[in-house]
Amino acid sequence: MRLARSHVLVSIDIESVASGAWEVLKRLKEEISRRGLLEEIKVLETGTLGVTGLGVVLAVYPERIYYGKVKPEDCPRIVEEHFLKGRPVQDLIIKEEVVRAVRRDLIGPMREQKRVVLENSGIIDPEKIEEYLARDGYTALEKALSLTPDEVIAEVKKSGLRGRGGAGFPTGIKWEGARKASAMEKFIICNADEGEPGTFKDRLILEGDPHKLIEGLIIAGYAVGARKGYIYIRGEYALSLHRMHKAIEDARKYGLLGEDILGSGFSFNLEIKEGAGAYVCGEETALMESLEGKRGNPRIKPPYPTVVGLFGSPTVINNVETLANIPAIIRKGADWFRTMGTESCPGTKVYTILGDVNFPGLIEVEMGTTLYEIIFGYGGGIKGGKKFKAALVGGAAGVFLPESLLNVRMDFDNLKQYKAVLGSGAILVMSQEASIPKMLHSVLYFFRHESCGQCSPCRSGTRELYRISGHLLERKGKAEDLNTMVKLSEALWYSSLCPLGQSLIMPVKSALENFREEFLPLVQ
Amino acid sequence: MNEQIVIPENEQYQELREFIAEHKNSKGALLNVLYKAQSLFGYLPREVQYFISRELHVPPSQILGVITFYHFFRTQPVGKYVINLCLGTACHVKGAADVLKAVCKELKIDVGETTEDRLFTLSTARCFGACGLAPTMMVNEEIYGRLTPLKVVNVIKGIRERELDR
Ligand SMILES: Cc1cc2nc3c(=O)[nH]c(=O)nc-3n(C[C@H](O)[C@H](O)[C@H](O)COP(=O)(O)O)c2cc1C
Ligand code: SF4
Ligand code: FES
Repeated sequence: MRLARSHVLVSIDIESVASGAWEVLKRLKEEISRRGLLEEIKVLETGTLGVTGLGVVLAVYPERIYYGKVKPEDCPRIVEEHFLKGRPVQDLIIKEEVVRAVRRDLIGPMREQKRVVLENSGIIDPEKIEEYLARDGYTALEKALSLTPDEVIAEVKKSGLRGRGGAGFPTGIKWEGARKASAMEKFIICNADEGEPGTFKDRLILEGDPHKLIEGLIIAGYAVGARKGYIYIRGEYALSLHRMHKAIEDARKYGLLGEDILGSGFSFNLEIKEGAGAYVCGEETALMESLEGKRGNPRIKPPYPTVVGLFGSPTVINNVETLANIPAIIRKGADWFRTMGTESCPGTKVYTILGDVNFPGLIEVEMGTTLYEIIFGYGGGIKGGKKFKAALVGGAAGVFLPESLLNVRMDFDNLKQYKAVLGSGAILVMSQEASIPKMLHSVLYFFRHESCGQCSPCRSGTRELYRISGHLLERKGKAEDLNTMVKLSEALWYSSLCPLGQSLIMPVKSALENFREEFLPLVQ
Repeated sequence: MNEQIVIPENEQYQELREFIAEHKNSKGALLNVLYKAQSLFGYLPREVQYFISRELHVPPSQILGVITFYHFFRTQPVGKYVINLCLGTACHVKGAADVLKAVCKELKIDVGETTEDRLFTLSTARCFGACGLAPTMMVNEEIYGRLTPLKVVNVIKGIRERELDR
């Protein structure tokens, strides 16, 4: 077999599939074969290439040319002009700035993205375990199995990795808690219920590099002493479900899952559970209730899951991105991990930037990168040359940050100083034209809808807040309504059972405090 | 319960019975069973709930509790095409509310309802994680993006025409 002259990567993700990626892929392969180029041009399916909003995207290597909005009928042209005659099709090429915004690690020196979690996404074929193996896949597992579980935990603790699911709890300490609990049976759960509006980072890992997650899970199982793990994936993520199922099957065939893994004596199995569409099930104890086949109502804590978790056994639950960091930490060491990010929050963070920016999409950058850099560097600034007004950071339960806070360095602790949270890493950017009262109303609608109704402050409070904010928009509000909203959200903070009700205080207070001038005209 | 619930004996129930027998002893089987049942029947009417209760030895109240908790499960039959419009924040910013209005007007139904010809059911959802395409909707398994009031009406008309051609 000859070595391929070029590789064409076709991104297969929800977005591109909706724009016809399967048809493009099929046509592309047909054209290449028709022209007798099968040996020279290799077509690979891959997870997202990180460019969003441009339909079907292809990347051609080694030229590093990105094509966007590709339709099946463009394929003959691309094959004939580019692959046969060596003349890239100019009108389909994505402008370099766009590609730079998402993949500076590959193109140009500007400011680099540090890719740890997404190192393989958009580069390997996620449905081929061999490609993951070829990129040092499962070598971290091998190394972990040669250490004692306590040594693995020590390394994770030393790395300073903190949970990427929102709360930022130190992962090593969580693992240690479950390891020390004595029980017949222990469990590991991967939380892949990603439901925060504006967030799709976990989906890209599930779709783009499923084996990384599996490797992280097996290592977690070994460290904690669990023999069984669950991956709870939201039901709407059909492609993620398909790819994870395939990946588990392949890992089993290679002896990486199952009995006596790699001859170590350690046995571990994974099962996938499909979520049935309730945002609150992303909350860790609600998720466990759901896994037990019940209504997903959050439990009262303590006891914490590391002591009494799934089916009453000690359980570690981690976010997808958290677990995807584990293989690199074990392989390259905690000291390497600590060279990235800030002292108290080492490593990288994946963000989704959406809304009124020029280059919406997904980036992975070091912890501590400023909001300004993220929006104006990677996001390419505000669309249409408009002025920045606000960014809703951290998802629906996030905070409306005004311009004066653009220079805040983004990590768990720094944001806390401004009563903000990193949350899921969703950054929704609003230009001068957006209306904060309307945005807040939409956030409140979301909470009203997703409150599980188990405790009355949240059940009634979310309704009342939504009602008041609706009144404001209809100009039926009174001056004291603004204070009532703040007071209500404070009451929810004190008295709700789970963080869903508690966290409403963040969008409500930040909107009313930082953008008060937009609410005042509504109550006059 | 005074009212008599009659459970018919047919292939679908037979298949469900086998499924339940297989999964009876695995922990937390109820959700899996409900998934299976809905895929067999399209929705979960009372008879099916009672059948599951009997076979799985779980009280009917608990089954109904679980069904009503999750958006995915339905106790009413739905149209052939279930339209799920995203009202997440990213879609909201991009005009999802106007798209919703256009759909309601075109189908002459409200959210949660089914058209008289049983072709469409309209419902709303939270983020699908496809925000790059906002505003978005899912029609059964398929996702549509960058919707405008005009475009969404065209999608609906397209489906209607396809159905007429059958
Ligand atoms: C309402 C609500 C929804 C949540 N949704 C998610 C989610 O979709 N994914 C996730 O990883 N964590 C979610 N969390 C956080 C989890 O409860 C939990 O903290 C996390 O899975 C722990 O993993 P980590 O330590 O790796 O961050 C949610 C929390 C709440 C209160
Ligand atoms: S705070 Fe809200 S979501 Fe959480 S348990 Fe109470 S009602 Fe349910
Ligand atoms: S908010 Fe609609 S798809 Fe994410």
